[in-house]
Amino acid sequence: MSIIIVEDKCVGCGLCIKSCPYDAIKRVDGKVRITDDCRMCGVCLPVCPVDAIERVGKEERVGDLSEYRGVLVFGEQRNSRISPVVYELIGKGRELADKIGEELECVVLGEDVTEEAENLINYGVDKVYVYDDPSLAVFREDPYVDIIVDLLRKIKPNIFLLGATAIGRSIAPRIASRIKTGLTADCTELDIDPETGLLLQTRPAFGGNVMATIICPRSRPQMATVRYKVMKRAERRPGYKGEVVKMRFDPEEVRDRVEVLEISDIGEGGPSITEADIIVSGGRGLGGPEGFKIIRELADLLGGAVGASRAAVDEGWIAYPHQIGLSGRTVRPKIYIACGISGSVQHLAGMKGSEFIIAINKDPSAPILKIADMGLVGDLYEVIPKLIDRIRRLKKG
Amino acid sequence: MHGCGLKIIVCVKQVPATTEVEIDSERGTLIREGVESTINPFDLYAVEEAVRLKERYGGEITAISMGPPQAESSLREALAMGCDRAVLLTDKVFAGADTLATAYTLACGIRKIGTYDIIICGLKTTDGDTGQVGPGLAEELGIPHVSYVRRIHLFMDGQIVLERTLDDVYEKVRVHMPCLITVTKEINEPRLPSLKRKLWARKAQIKILRAEDLGGEADRFGLNGSPTRVVKVFNPPPRLGGRLIKGEPDMLADEILKKLVELNVL
Ligand SMILES: Cc1cc2nc3c(=O)[nH]c(=O)nc-3n(C[C@H](O)[C@H](O)[C@H](O)COP(=O)(O)OP(=O)(O)OC[C@H]3O[C@@H](n4cnc5c(N)ncnc54)[C@H](O)[C@@H]3O)c2cc1C
Ligand SMILES: Nc1ncnc2c1ncn2[C@@H]1O[C@H](COP(=O)(O)O)[C@@H](O)[C@H]1O
Repeated sequence: MSIIIVEDKCVGCGLCIKSCPYDAIKRVDGKVRITDDCRMCGVCLPVCPVDAIERVGKEERVGDLSEYRGVLVFGEQRNSRISPVVYELIGKGRELADKIGEELECVVLGEDVTEEAENLINYGVDKVYVYDDPSLAVFREDPYVDIIVDLLRKIKPNIFLLGATAIGRSIAPRIASRIKTGLTADCTELDIDPETGLLLQTRPAFGGNVMATIICPRSRPQMATVRYKVMKRAERRPGYKGEVVKMRFDPEEVRDRVEVLEISDIGEGGPSITEADIIVSGGRGLGGPEGFKIIRELADLLGGAVGASRAAVDEGWIAYPHQIGLSGRTVRPKIYIACGISGSVQHLAGMKGSEFIIAINKDPSAPILKIADMGLVGDLYEVIPKLIDRIRRLKKG
Repeated sequence: MHGCGLKIIVCVKQVPATTEVEIDSERGTLIREGVESTINPFDLYAVEEAVRLKERYGGEITAISMGPPQAESSLREALAMGCDRAVLLTDKVFAGADTLATAYTLACGIRKIGTYDIIICGLKTTDGDTGQVGPGLAEELGIPHVSYVRRIHLFMDGQIVLERTLDDVYEKVRVHMPCLITVTKEINEPRLPSLKRKLWARKAQIKILRAEDLGGEADRFGLNGSPTRVVKVFNPPPRLGGRLIKGEPDMLADEILKKLVELNVL
């Protein structure tokens, strides 16, 4: 398959040159040409006023896509509790399903999960497939992938969404590879193209410097992992009518090649950063690991969690699970207090969804101060101890 | 293990040296003037871990990459760090591959290399930034994988014990070889290659494999084999800031306190 310019039709206006996201259309000897950089994205096709750009060659493997219907959400759970991201996926999934006039479904795997799974219906799910089996008590890729692939082949969903959690990210590529469909990682926005009905999957690329919208036109399901704390959580809809389908599988039939020997909590007490309403974060500006003592003190006083920039994690001042940003976690607290963080795009990618951002930075030109709702120019080592003092006094009454 | 130590494969990708790409807002295109390339930073940890395994258990390391001919320089970086051989999958038809086609192509290349005990991938790349190629590759090869590995405990009797991070927990797992792992930055501190190895790597032979050498289904390579399409790239909308406050630390602390009370935190 390739994209060509029909020379007889081309009037040389150059509109396509401007439209190409890959800089792959050039004017050579006065003629507009498509170069080897072309990724065949097709953005230029509708731009041409004289329809001189065409897609030629065979379109590969187009099966009958109309038999694929419904939006399926992976109902990830831990310790028999449905993970928070699932409610976010259900919220978005409901919206997408309504737009294409199809059903919203959910699949839950685990042990003692039937009750939790049934409860999902109260959030607007039409059908929940439950695999409740003692052998699924602990997550392992192999059985999860085998069971989900089997389900996908049976129910043929149009769209399949998973949380971009460690589990979702680990199984989604295997599932997509097995059924040979497209998978978009870490989406922050999902919508339906009103013209084609295709899922528009938007995600950060190049370290969050640009956003890319991706489609999966010729294979099904259209699969995406979705960042947590980005989509709005589904509202409870008591009395919603849905169906629970108890599913069975033969443990002999699924593979199981990774044995879990031991599970230990990373937890350090207090709320986890993905759940916390308040996050106090420290960056390179702390100057050393001791800096996190006052960060922790302030977080504890406010009942919040401690976050960090990648610079602070790379320096070894705090453990990786605290890292917020593109290569760390996405958070969406009510209040985010950034201390000694410059505000690189990569860091912002993980926290700019916060409701209220307070930033303390010595450097008035630090980018974080441009996006903060309240930006304070000052030394964190002078300001925070004073703030801690005042909060203590206030609490004593 | 085959009595002669471990056969290790490391997957490395060449990426732009910077992610500071900007979009020309007038033309809606990426500005890519003279951006240099480098080995994907996350892959340095994969290479380092391979070298450490070899140092501990003996064996041989093959670095593999799919990319344009220039990707050769990233393979030389891997050789300089301690890999023994390098294979570059390069062909015009590989261009435009998404993660599915990349995993498929790498799988074809790895089958050509021969037997292996363990494949090590980086956590993700700084350009594609998906972390999908590792698990996808394991699926194509039909072997198990363990992602987010932060420590390798030991090898014994064709099995390997690993520690991985799964969001809020650490897991110790055992898996049979051959298997694939993706490693986090916690796992090691990548070494700087010695001058001697650098000089050797500069001249080392890199094996080139093209589409026809791989066999496989031609329509699963590159763009043709990629179910996803990018339809639009754009700069993220800026978040508009609010008030900027300058002054004495006491005043600043007062301001924050006032705000926290106003926001019902205190
Ligand atoms: C692919 C990729 C992914 C990345 N992912 C992430 C990610 O997930 N998360 C992330 O955070 N980064 C990420 N980064 C790194 C990012 O580009 C920045 O390097 C990093 O965020 C900088 O951290 P920082 O703001 O703490 O440090 P710096 O940029 O060094 O900023 C420190 C700030 O502290 C201020 N300061 C110093 N002393 C004081 C003081 N006493 N009081 C007050 N202010 C003070 C300084 O003025 C400065 O603004 C990524 C980069 C790449 C390429
Ligand atoms: N073209 C490639 N050639 C070799 N290895 C790759 C390639 N693309 C990705 N990988 C490997 O897969 C990992 C994850 O990449 P990605 O899914 O693109 O984020 C990388 O860290 C590499 O180890």
